[in-house]
Amino acid sequence: MSTNTCTNPITISLTLNSKPLSIAVDPAERLLDTLRYQLGLTGTKEGCAEGECGACTVLIDDQPANACLVLTCQLAGRFVRTIESINVDTLHHMHEQGTTQCGACTPGVVMCAQWINEHQDVLKHQSLRQLMSGNLCRCTGYDGIILGIEKTLNETNPATAHKDPR
Amino acid sequence: MRRREGLAKLTGSEKYIDDLSIPGCLWGMAARSPVPRGIIRQIHFAKDFNWSEFVVVDHRDIPGTNEIFMIQNDQPVLAADRVMHIHEPVVLLAHPDRQACRHAINQISFDIDPLPAALDYRKVPTTEQIQYASDNVFAHLSVTKGDVEQAFKDAPHVIQGIYETGAQEHVYLENQGMAAWFDDQGVLTVQGSMQCPYYVVNALKHALKLDESRVRVIQSPTGGGFGGKEDYPSNLACYAALLALKAQQPVKIIYDREEDLAATTKRHPARLKHRTAVDDQGRLIAQDIEMIIDGGAYVTLSPVVLSRGIIHAAGPYACDHVRIEGKAMLSNSVPFGAFRGFGVPQAAFAMERHMDHIARTLGIDAVEMRRRNLIRDGQSLSTGQVINDGTDRVALMDLALKESGWAGHIKDHAAFNQTHPYLRKGMGLACIYHGSGFTGSGEVHLASKLHVAGLSDGRIEIRSANTEIGQGMLTVFTRIASHRLGLEPEQIVIAEADTSRVPNSGPTVASRTTMVAGKLVENACSDLLDQLGLPVHETGQVVVDAITAWHLDNPGQELVGTAQYRQPPGINWDDKTYKGDAYGTYGWATYIARVQVDLRTCTTTVLDFHAVQEIGTVINNTLATGQIQGGVVQGIGWALMEECCFREGAMINNQLTNYIIPTASDVPGISVSFLENPYEHGAMGAKGLGELPMDGPAPAIANAVADALSQLLIDQPDTIPLTPERIMSLTTPIHA
Ligand code: FES
Ligand code: FES
Repeated sequence: MSTNTCTNPITISLTLNSKPLSIAVDPAERLLDTLRYQLGLTGTKEGCAEGECGACTVLIDDQPANACLVLTCQLAGRFVRTIESINVDTLHHMHEQGTTQCGACTPGVVMCAQWINEHQDVLKHQSLRQLMSGNLCRCTGYDGIILGIEKTLNETNPATAHKDPR
Repeated sequence: MRRREGLAKLTGSEKYIDDLSIPGCLWGMAARSPVPRGIIRQIHFAKDFNWSEFVVVDHRDIPGTNEIFMIQNDQPVLAADRVMHIHEPVVLLAHPDRQACRHAINQISFDIDPLPAALDYRKVPTTEQIQYASDNVFAHLSVTKGDVEQAFKDAPHVIQGIYETGAQEHVYLENQGMAAWFDDQGVLTVQGSMQCPYYVVNALKHALKLDESRVRVIQSPTGGGFGGKEDYPSNLACYAALLALKAQQPVKIIYDREEDLAATTKRHPARLKHRTAVDDQGRLIAQDIEMIIDGGAYVTLSPVVLSRGIIHAAGPYACDHVRIEGKAMLSNSVPFGAFRGFGVPQAAFAMERHMDHIARTLGIDAVEMRRRNLIRDGQSLSTGQVINDGTDRVALMDLALKESGWAGHIKDHAAFNQTHPYLRKGMGLACIYHGSGFTGSGEVHLASKLHVAGLSDGRIEIRSANTEIGQGMLTVFTRIASHRLGLEPEQIVIAEADTSRVPNSGPTVASRTTMVAGKLVENACSDLLDQLGLPVHETGQVVVDAITAWHLDNPGQELVGTAQYRQPPGINWDDKTYKGDAYGTYGWATYIARVQVDLRTCTTTVLDFHAVQEIGTVINNTLATGQIQGGVVQGIGWALMEECCFREGAMINNQLTNYIIPTASDVPGISVSFLENPYEHGAMGAKGLGELPMDGPAPAIANAVADALSQLLIDQPDTIPLTPERIMSLTTPIHA
């Protein structure tokens, strides 16, 4: 089962989840489809296909990106990380605090949280709620997400304990 | 206890239907009607296009009855001679390549003679627009109590109001999706995203003309439902199965967001009229209420939504004389359907806005108004149901007032609003209630069954058709069984909701899973103990040992404890007169919103929100709190920003770019408190809780907006959503 039959594939090399990868793709193929349907990395979800929901969030060169808006052929030489790269041991606070309900938004939420965790300086400029506002969740009302990420951040960096001002 | 499947979801390893790779699978898609109503003359397949690669299905390929099996079976699987709404499916296609499918859909065009469409459910239809019975009324239901006419004659005050609520999209983050395939024996398997596997079984039996032994339905992990995956998955299941039958290959249909928003159900738009007789103190003497809901093009679930709506329309108050008339109207739109709250959010919005309206008119404080009318034990609701549960609803309201800092904020706001050039703050409350489980005799008709099996390794397996859709059913059932049998969670397995293995424990709807099906888990555990010859309160290792011993004595056999729903004693309901105990029990709540309106932009911000409720025993605090918070935020969205825009009955803002739902930065933290008053017939004392949080936010917020703008309003905020455009139209310009 494919999403797309390609007549003119382009072969590119990139680093995916710390491993080198060479892959032939249709020039019009979205990273989301390459991950999900070519590589079987189905942790990255599609929620809207237009950059609104964040369910497809991955990290490209350490920046969060919507995989539904990125063409795979643009990624030659880049470093891509997906939910499959996340160490399960970093997730226990989120597990405890009700960060996930139905789970459809969750991999995107975890990837964005991972980025914030690796770049805690961003919290000087924007609140956690603002930083998470690119990830829609219809189940939790966001409290479980915010709390789970706060606890995770505090564990990695207890010196600058974060608390949702609201 | 943590969510059982939590880590699978957090790591992305949980496999939803779109994540499942099925060898040899084709993609399926639907070609849909471009007009709201008409007679199909011809279907054109573009001439210069290679159709030989495609599997094409239309209504003639349906082996059974061309109907989606539901209440009245009036919705065809595929339109045959006529279409009733834009986006109604007419032709189905399947192809190995998804893009090719998308492309081919555009190569199909329709020759349709248009007919006059009914596009406004609030208007009396013209003769040409009549399409159902003699008046386009799908259902007409009423509740009566006392002598309303007489009570109005003697009343010192009569106060009226009209309230309207718009459609709302579920926006479950996982779109609808379904796969179907036939095995060599001709057994059909359908797997996908759904709330109610046995609804899908019934739909497939009916449309594909298969007996139950040839239909197997498996629920995949489901990325949110909220009612949107109650009945509609039956449609997708039929489409996928018809394509699979013709193709003799597996077929998967995954809607993208645009198709999902355009072609699936939404919350019923509603208009309510209240006429209320009150005394000088604001005590309700008589309530005369009319509720009209937009049913869309087919009956589907509208009568039951209307039923729950009217039963709740008079609010959690004591009033001796009540008349409620409800109507569900046809319109040429995609059918409106189940959505968390199921008619109650619309009813509660009207009632709680109206309570504020009465209070304002009589010069009574909004809190006092409710204090004087809230139902006390021994008094009866509109159906005559006497409430005697020991819950103090006034104390519950007082707790909410205290937690929200009501009195202090009211004072501060008065000073703030006097001086601030363009910000206005306000507070509003809503007292709400929600009947747990199915309405009236619904559970009796369902007669749900559930099994708890003892496995040869000593573990137990819960076999139910109830589904995990994010609400935490796997965790809650585990907790109930572990509590009942004194086992560790790891000793409890929950069977996949696969209809070839699990009995019909009823649909995952109506806040019934924990309370009703959970009780069946307890009872099936009791039956298991009985079969093992153990005393009814035996727990722990003794049980495990007895199970393993049983298997040694009965090799290869199944050890299964069973339970079937039986109505608790003392519940009396009359379906014909709509009198009696509409629900076994109710959840009660007071919700309080504090808002700030910016007069420059007319945007409303919810500053804080307090939800205090009594839902029986709270089985898992994290899950219950999360349910309330999530429901409240859906309610905030419905109140302030979520607006389905329709043209010719079709949603035209069918993208998340222009159908806006709340983000993390649009909402405050939601403060949640529970009062616990165990319900003896619910599992571990639990009542339903999932829908209650949808009922309260909209009226609380609209009341708060009315409070904030009290000096500026030329019209009341009685229609939602309260978008900036609407707020602007309700207020005098700031610099006028
Ligand atoms: S699927 Fe990419 S942002 Fe929604
Ligand atoms: S957990 Fe369901 S959308 Fe976030």
